[in-house]
Amino acid sequence: MSVLVGRDTKVLCQGMTGAQGTFHTQQALDYGTQVIAGVTPGRGGSSHLGLPVFDTVDQARQEHQVDASVIYVPAAFAADAILESAYAGVPLIVCITEGIPILDMVKVNAVLENSDSVLVGPNCPGVITPGECKIGIMPGDIHRPGQVGIVSRSGTLTYVAVDQTVQHGMGQSTCIGIGGDPIHGLDFIDCLALFEQDKATQGIILVGEIGGQAEEQAAEYIQEKVSKPVVAYVAGVTAPPGKRMGHAGAIISGGKGGAEQKYRAFEKAGVTTSHNPAELGALMRALLDR
Amino acid sequence: MDTGYTVKTRFVPHLMNIHEYQAKAIFSRFGVPVLDSHLVRPGDDVEQFCESLESHAWVVKAQVHAGGRGKAGGVIRADSRQDLASAVSGMLGARLVTRQTGEEGLPVQAVLLEAAVQIRRELYLALLVDREAGQVAIIASAAGGMDIEQVAQQAPDKIIAQHVHPAAGLQPSQVRTLAYALGLQKDQVRQLQAILFALFEMFISSDCSLVEINPLIIDGDDRLVALDAKINIDDNALYRQADIAKLRDATQGNRDEERACELGLNYVQLDGRIGCIVNGAGLAMATMDLVKHQGGEPANFLDVGGAITQEKVAEAFKLVVHDARVKAVLVNIFGGIVRCDLIARGILDALQSVSLKVPVIVLLQGTRAAEGRKLLENRDAGLHQADTLTEAAQRAIRLART
Repeated sequence: MSVLVGRDTKVLCQGMTGAQGTFHTQQALDYGTQVIAGVTPGRGGSSHLGLPVFDTVDQARQEHQVDASVIYVPAAFAADAILESAYAGVPLIVCITEGIPILDMVKVNAVLENSDSVLVGPNCPGVITPGECKIGIMPGDIHRPGQVGIVSRSGTLTYVAVDQTVQHGMGQSTCIGIGGDPIHGLDFIDCLALFEQDKATQGIILVGEIGGQAEEQAAEYIQEKVSKPVVAYVAGVTAPPGKRMGHAGAIISGGKGGAEQKYRAFEKAGVTTSHNPAELGALMRALLDR
Repeated sequence: MDTGYTVKTRFVPHLMNIHEYQAKAIFSRFGVPVLDSHLVRPGDDVEQFCESLESHAWVVKAQVHAGGRGKAGGVIRADSRQDLASAVSGMLGARLVTRQTGEEGLPVQAVLLEAAVQIRRELYLALLVDREAGQVAIIASAAGGMDIEQVAQQAPDKIIAQHVHPAAGLQPSQVRTLAYALGLQKDQVRQLQAILFALFEMFISSDCSLVEINPLIIDGDDRLVALDAKINIDDNALYRQADIAKLRDATQGNRDEERACELGLNYVQLDGRIGCIVNGAGLAMATMDLVKHQGGEPANFLDVGGAITQEKVAEAFKLVVHDARVKAVLVNIFGGIVRCDLIARGILDALQSVSLKVPVIVLLQGTRAAEGRKLLENRDAGLHQADTLTEAAQRAIRLART
């Protein structure tokens, strides 16, 4: 058991013939992920890394079962790529691309509201169920199958959290990088709900960072709906508020979004917190051993 | 909503700032009313220019990329030609220090002259992308001219908002909702509608991430006019905003930050002594936090990003070790897309042209960590390798003191 992806997940890669797409598709294949085809407009009918290439997602879907698509196309075309998969009815869309214009994501967000497709990212490392399916850019070999679900807004901090669980004799059920962009797909609450229902997941590590209200909302949700132990870390305690540029940003929230406020929200909700990412493993271990 | 924290990458998208006079030129192009104005630059004959003006009161505004100009002497009212000439020559070429600039201040390389106007009311108006809603939001308040963050904290009910659904676009009913809540008269409602539709079109077509007018005034003739203008552009969209990209003013940024920006690095200078080189914005913040948690002070935030090359690693390394305030450097890499051996090679490249004056502590984990660590072994007496982040931070702090 795991969430979102597993050993049977059939993956389509948008932008597979590009440099990033090629490198990470090969890594995914080596890991055992069932990548079944790629999409590059104008390259349909050719093959790449031993896989068929299609011009459109729609064509790929007509010939193959597609459970998930992963996007490595450049930022200028990434929103279109997400929408292409959504219109073609791909259930899970994982967008790795960083640097997508925010107004493009406003449009994507509006379409996805009325779609059955689920988006992970953009600007994220992807999703991995260790030993079964790796979709994204995370180094596969640091993961171990196991009992801890990890959800994070940061790429590299996710790897640190993974490493922490392994150092303390644990593994991961599924790791989800939800991405660092202001407008993104799955959020903490969606992932917490998935982990709560997942039999393989016994504990959850949540890695947040400053900005927005997602951590505060997650804290409330955990208090009400999550029975499994949660360890939370929030990056950005020392980020300087004095050099702000986005003045109006704080208006609606009335100055919320700082790391200490997020820590307070988690602590109020009874969540175990750490100010040191190198303590995440020990804290999770202690909670699971209780 | 975002807090306005600036470690640049995540919390707000990269923001490109432009000057007030540039923002007002864009306002004018889209039909948002601004005052008649005149821009004065160094070398312009100020005296002769002042002589040519009709004699009435003017407001002199320093053009810098920072708020808080008014309290810092960057906005001066001049009631005579002599006052005007002395205000202009006093500002031009000087450095303006406001609560947002730091001690060094920013160079004033242009001043904007505007005729002083009668002000009946001051309103606040902003357009921004609300991250929670995933939509563009219009924010308005009757408490214009004040620090809007204070208004938000002390009287949040004085702030009204309307979200614009991308499928429907801005609707006249939304403008009316805002206008009547602001207590505008019938003709003013009509003016606000024209202004908001123009601003919304500008926001979308120019890839803005923030537009702020504080204050939007109602003048003596009952006209709505943008007295100030602030526009931030989404850096991620600059590739399709060539005209706006040209407006970048490098003199308004920190020199090292501008250099880092040219290299494609996310870099923010801080006040401490531990230089940090990290991959990933989250890990870079976590590294800063841990340095602080262990009793040190980070000198900078630096995220080398995922698409880093060996050359850029070398440049990033030089940028940090050349910072005279830095007493020790902490390199923290958890390889994913970034390969540790590439980082190590970049450091070795940099060491060929730099002699290390400060100790460097390197922590390499993840993709090709073993290869990277091997490359750095016994290469320089000032180069130390650590096994854990806590140990790396502690050693950097200890070595910075010696």
